[in-house]
Amino acid sequence: MKTVLKKLASFIITVLLVTLFVFLAFELIPGDAATFRLGTNATPEALERLREELGLNRPFFVRYFTWLYSFFFGDMGQSLSYGVSVRSMLASKLPITITLTLMSFVMIVALSVPLGVLTSKYEDRMWARSLDALGQVTMSIPPFFLGIIIMYVFGMIIHAFTPGGFVSWQTDPVRFIGYMFFPSVAIALPKAAMSAKLLRTSILSERKLDYVRTAYSRGNSTMDVLYRHVLKNAIIPVITFLGMTLADTVAGSLVIEQVFSIPGFGRLLISSISNRDYPVVQSIIAIIAMIVIVINLIVDIMYRFMDPRMRERS
Amino acid sequence: MSKMIKMLALCAVTAVALSACSGGKPDASSSITIGIPQDLEDSLDPHEAVAAGTKEILFNIYEGLLKPDETGNLVPAVASNYTISEDGKTYSFTLRDDVKFHNGQPVTAEDVKYSIEKSAGMTGAQSLISAFSNIEKVEIKDEKTVDIVLTEPDIDFPAYVANLNASIIPADNKDPKTKPVGTGPYMYVSRSPQENIILKKFDEYWGEGANITDITLKVIPNADSIVMNLNGGSVDMFARLTSTQTQQLSKNFNILEGEMNLVQAVYLNHAVEPFDNVDVCRALSYAVDVQNILDLTSDGKGFPVGSSMFPSFAKYYVDLTDTYPTDIKKAKELLASAGYPDGFSFSITVPSNYQPHIEAAQVVVEQLKKIGVTADIKLVEWNSWLSDVYSGRQYEATLIGVDASSLTASAMLDRFRSDADNNFTNYSNKEYDDLCAKVRAESSDEERTKIYKDMEKNLADNAANIYIQDMAEFVALSDKYEGYVFYPMYVQDFAKLKLKGQ
Repeated sequence: MKTVLKKLASFIITVLLVTLFVFLAFELIPGDAATFRLGTNATPEALERLREELGLNRPFFVRYFTWLYSFFFGDMGQSLSYGVSVRSMLASKLPITITLTLMSFVMIVALSVPLGVLTSKYEDRMWARSLDALGQVTMSIPPFFLGIIIMYVFGMIIHAFTPGGFVSWQTDPVRFIGYMFFPSVAIALPKAAMSAKLLRTSILSERKLDYVRTAYSRGNSTMDVLYRHVLKNAIIPVITFLGMTLADTVAGSLVIEQVFSIPGFGRLLISSISNRDYPVVQSIIAIIAMIVIVINLIVDIMYRFMDPRMRERS
Repeated sequence: MSKMIKMLALCAVTAVALSACSGGKPDASSSITIGIPQDLEDSLDPHEAVAAGTKEILFNIYEGLLKPDETGNLVPAVASNYTISEDGKTYSFTLRDDVKFHNGQPVTAEDVKYSIEKSAGMTGAQSLISAFSNIEKVEIKDEKTVDIVLTEPDIDFPAYVANLNASIIPADNKDPKTKPVGTGPYMYVSRSPQENIILKKFDEYWGEGANITDITLKVIPNADSIVMNLNGGSVDMFARLTSTQTQQLSKNFNILEGEMNLVQAVYLNHAVEPFDNVDVCRALSYAVDVQNILDLTSDGKGFPVGSSMFPSFAKYYVDLTDTYPTDIKKAKELLASAGYPDGFSFSITVPSNYQPHIEAAQVVVEQLKKIGVTADIKLVEWNSWLSDVYSGRQYEATLIGVDASSLTASAMLDRFRSDADNNFTNYSNKEYDDLCAKVRAESSDEERTKIYKDMEKNLADNAANIYIQDMAEFVALSDKYEGYVFYPMYVQDFAKLKLKGQ
């Protein structure tokens, strides 16, 4: 119970701090939604009038707490540039970012676990070594660059997909998932390479430990030792890494969206920052912060589940 | 565990298979996908729309009493004709009989009165057409006649009525900002922020109407993705490409070439040193080689200008491009006589969202080095540019394109009047102010044109800005379509587009 309360408190404090910082940043950068809306037609009187209308001329803390208060009750306010509710805007974009994140995460796990196990099991074979070297190269490629290469090779040369041919999930869920495949690969590959390497190193160092020798001397088969004993222990650091990766993937998807012309959270966030549309930016940041915190929470729980030592400690 | 891995691997394979068949799109029977570089983010309400990129799209949805045609003349739209009273103060518009709004209701005199009053800021927000502060009242004479009474006569008034910001909308329209209803050839269907805007042909349009039934405007903010989108076949048309982008396009596209209808220049802030000294401004103009800029940034395409007027506005345009032929020696002499024999340094503020301006600025910086002037480029975000440079006037020089907000010469020239609200260059010249006063009092069209030309000469003689060019505009249109027309102003007319052979 105490742990839950502690977690909840840190959850609330993090969201509070993050949103306050974003609000402060908006205060510091030049221009506001009124200067953007009026553009080159701005006169001091017109600006004043629009600020009044949009509620931008209220004091800083009044605006922040008004926003916070309504956000707490699920009301994200109205977009200053689109004039529609932020909730409806985000509702149509959230599935895009979540799909992208989950698809790439599934790929990371699906690729890295078998690769990690195989390359460590056959560590002396030539192909395992080459795979390891290839992984080394892959993990050093930034996802946006990998995205550009994939877009060029699979989109422009092989024609496996239409670059920019994004279809929204409401129109056609199957083609939507299909279009998300290559962007997910771009996010997943470098992370999968890292996680495979981590698993490999972890397995190799576990295998040198005394309990493995004991297991062998007891007459257990190689497979049995590897899966029942070594992997169980070796996977714990990998889970920590995957937890961090999942949070990272949310951020990575914002970047990859730009490369593949996917109109998700990333593009909305960038345009809303340049329009000074603070209700939208605040809500997106708060939601992303919450997603990251929840993921960390899940990793924590998984830890306790996987590692009995953690359970005993608390 | 291994079972799960197998399943995941299977999922991945299925996804590849699915994406492989997600290629092409349904055959474009009577639809077109047009790429736009930014979403319509300011407002869909014609009386609130500010960004050029928004207004050029709304041009297809809304109409005013009058509207511009592709030659730059004003033609009747919602009104069928108008008369001017003898004192020049009352404009009497007769409404066309068969004009309907997209919601099916006929346009009434009440709608016109409501729209003009809303647009003029008489019922709420500030007007975006400053000349509309001249409107004294709008009167309904009868069902088909509306009089607009002015405080002072204004010969340019019809041009303001034709401005998109003076469009006619229904008086009972609750939410024009999110549910636009107009009288134009296309009606608004739906939008998804940062993704697309869907338009549909309006079948009950009073005029010739559109050819293509469905239009999807697809938002592609990332300049690098534009060419991929075009070549990949997900976009059929894109306007305002750079010449580098057009060279990367496949053979399936026709490249049309026109003008942007703006004046690209290094605009100088005359309130700061040393640009308060006319010799310094002239020296800079002598040092800048316009043809060299064109050659390096756009393969020599573009239309050099010598003052604040672009060539396609033929009636008012005077060719002043030879006022400052490139002459380094003369530039150095002028600098020396102005008290800067060793040059000086300043920064050129450039909005970061528009690559052609950045490239032009880079060439200018190199050219100015030859006379010992060190310029550095300060890239700022568009909103910072608006608040610091345009409204705040806190800058030394800025490279940008200035376009005409309405089809009048004063839209280009009035901003250099010393007390003009939008005089962001702080240009202050007694002779120029006198010309402005004179043109306002003048009623003969011929005389006015002459005075406007004198104003252009004044700007050129005093090197008000380092004038560069009206930029070439490139439009890529898939060879399945034809009929794109260029306007002498910032407008995209989708109604003229059609399928080949349609």
